[in-house]
Amino acid sequence: MLAFLGKRFLSLIFTMLAVSALVFAAFEFTPGQVARKVLGPFATQDQVDQLTERMGLNRPVYERYWEWLTNTASGNLGTSTLYKTEVNNIIWDRLGNTLILAAVAFAIIVVASIFFGIAAGMREGSKLDRAISVASIVTTSVPEFASGVFLASIFVIWLGVLPGTSPLESSGQWSIAAQLVLPVSVMVLYDLGYVVRMVRASMVEVMTKPYIRTAILKGLSFRQVILKHALRNAMIAPFTVILLQINYLITGVVVVEAVFAYPGFGRMLLEAALAQDIATVEAASLFAVFVTVTTQIVGDLGYMYLNPRIRFA
Amino acid sequence: MTATIARPARPNFARRTWMRVRLLKESPIGMVGAFLVAFWVLVAVFAPWIAPHDPNESNMDALIDPTPTAVNWLGTDNQGRDILSRIVWGSRTVLAVAPLAVLIAYTLGCLLGLIAGYYRGWIDQVINRISDIILSFPAIILYIIVIMRLGPSAMNVIMAVVFIATPQIVRIVRGMTLELREQDYVSAAKMRGETAFYIMLTEILPNARGPLIVDACLRMGYTTITIGVLGFLGLGLPPPDPDWGGMVKDTYAMMTIYPHMSLFPAIAISSLVVGFSLLADGIREISLRD
Repeated sequence: MLAFLGKRFLSLIFTMLAVSALVFAAFEFTPGQVARKVLGPFATQDQVDQLTERMGLNRPVYERYWEWLTNTASGNLGTSTLYKTEVNNIIWDRLGNTLILAAVAFAIIVVASIFFGIAAGMREGSKLDRAISVASIVTTSVPEFASGVFLASIFVIWLGVLPGTSPLESSGQWSIAAQLVLPVSVMVLYDLGYVVRMVRASMVEVMTKPYIRTAILKGLSFRQVILKHALRNAMIAPFTVILLQINYLITGVVVVEAVFAYPGFGRMLLEAALAQDIATVEAASLFAVFVTVTTQIVGDLGYMYLNPRIRFA
Repeated sequence: MTATIARPARPNFARRTWMRVRLLKESPIGMVGAFLVAFWVLVAVFAPWIAPHDPNESNMDALIDPTPTAVNWLGTDNQGRDILSRIVWGSRTVLAVAPLAVLIAYTLGCLLGLIAGYYRGWIDQVINRISDIILSFPAIILYIIVIMRLGPSAMNVIMAVVFIATPQIVRIVRGMTLELREQDYVSAAKMRGETAFYIMLTEILPNARGPLIVDACLRMGYTTITIGVLGFLGLGLPPPDPDWGGMVKDTYAMMTIYPHMSLFPAIAISSLVVGFSLLADGIREISLRD
């Protein structure tokens, strides 16, 4: 167990290092361009060279990578050229806002996917099963920005019951909770269908097991068979899938925050990328990868705990 | 002595393919999907004849009232361009970029997956490690970095999609190869002295095709979403040529006044992706049956 944890932890560090090197290399392999970008197209080559030297960009790439790495490890994330302040001053607020959005969406996805997945999978081929399966295919196929347009048309323009943007300021007519409804709905709609299908597939398989037949034959009600015997077993396989949705949420927030002008991590990343703000993009990608890899480790551990037949060496 | 065993004549390739396509009739959902995809393919092929106007031509008069009229059936956009024509031409972009990206990703993914699963050992480890690292990136960050570094263009969108999709395909193909390489017909081919590449491409790959066809169809849908999302985020194709995601981005700020400008391209992209997904589900359902 400890050996497994240690191994996964080492692999986490290895992946983070590889990723950070890749991101770093992608942006900083051509340092001359950075100075050129700062100075604009009319600066002389001489000026560009001077700034390159002053910024320390003429040193070899591995030396700068090491410096960036030690800075990052000690908590200094550099300065954002877009927001004109230290990355540390903005990234944590933005992360907090995104955490609210992602946490609410994730909670709804988990509960709703279990509910619909069990309802569809308990009687394979029933009308309810077909309806839920087709609906989940359709909702996952609508891109987030498109469902944003559809929901906004209905609830903002036609009915006028929700705000079209979510700046997270309660000064206006809309409460913070009302501002969260549409962004959360868009993320849930897009992601739910996939998880529902996973839970359903697992439930269908469990329902064919001998212990379910035994439970039915010994005279338990259908309700009790589902709740006492099927539910727990049907949750083992989709557990990892559900946790992996945290990765989707990172991608999802970039789009959803752009649609609703939500002041979160995803919009910060997009704005920084469009403005070529390297320090912010680097810090944000590193954080995103950290979340991804940690989720994978937690997923493996949880799977082990739920399913006693699996033990990692 | 040669003994001839009587067996029914095997229909030729075209006929066999057509018989498989006709199987789809048994899945109403698959038929709906096939209809939607076929609709957009036809629109893309015949775009010059279908589109009533030049997609990039601004009609200043239409700016006064951009809502749908007898001349501009779906109205005009924020620059007075005919939305119907832009949607029709936009289908060409999507249906050129998505299949190309999926095809390249499949070629690379199948090759690497077959090699990793067939040879195993160190080459498997290397391919796996690299796939793991790419897969541990949230896709959107890779897209942003690739496009930000290389600039927005159709070519770079394809490259970014290939970069993300290939490791996922490698995983599927590798898993199936690990299973199929233990089959008797693979041993038989080895005994005959066939080369490794012959075995991979003509013994293993065709027997893995079922799930791969379903995955490719789903992936076409997801790639369409990706192209749309990149367009919407401003990382897609450079203006002025129409792409559906970009059309929503340009007009989204005017949603409250002229919702039709964003609504029609959003419906277009959604219907195409729903088509691919339903078609994939139909194919899967039929292939599970026999």
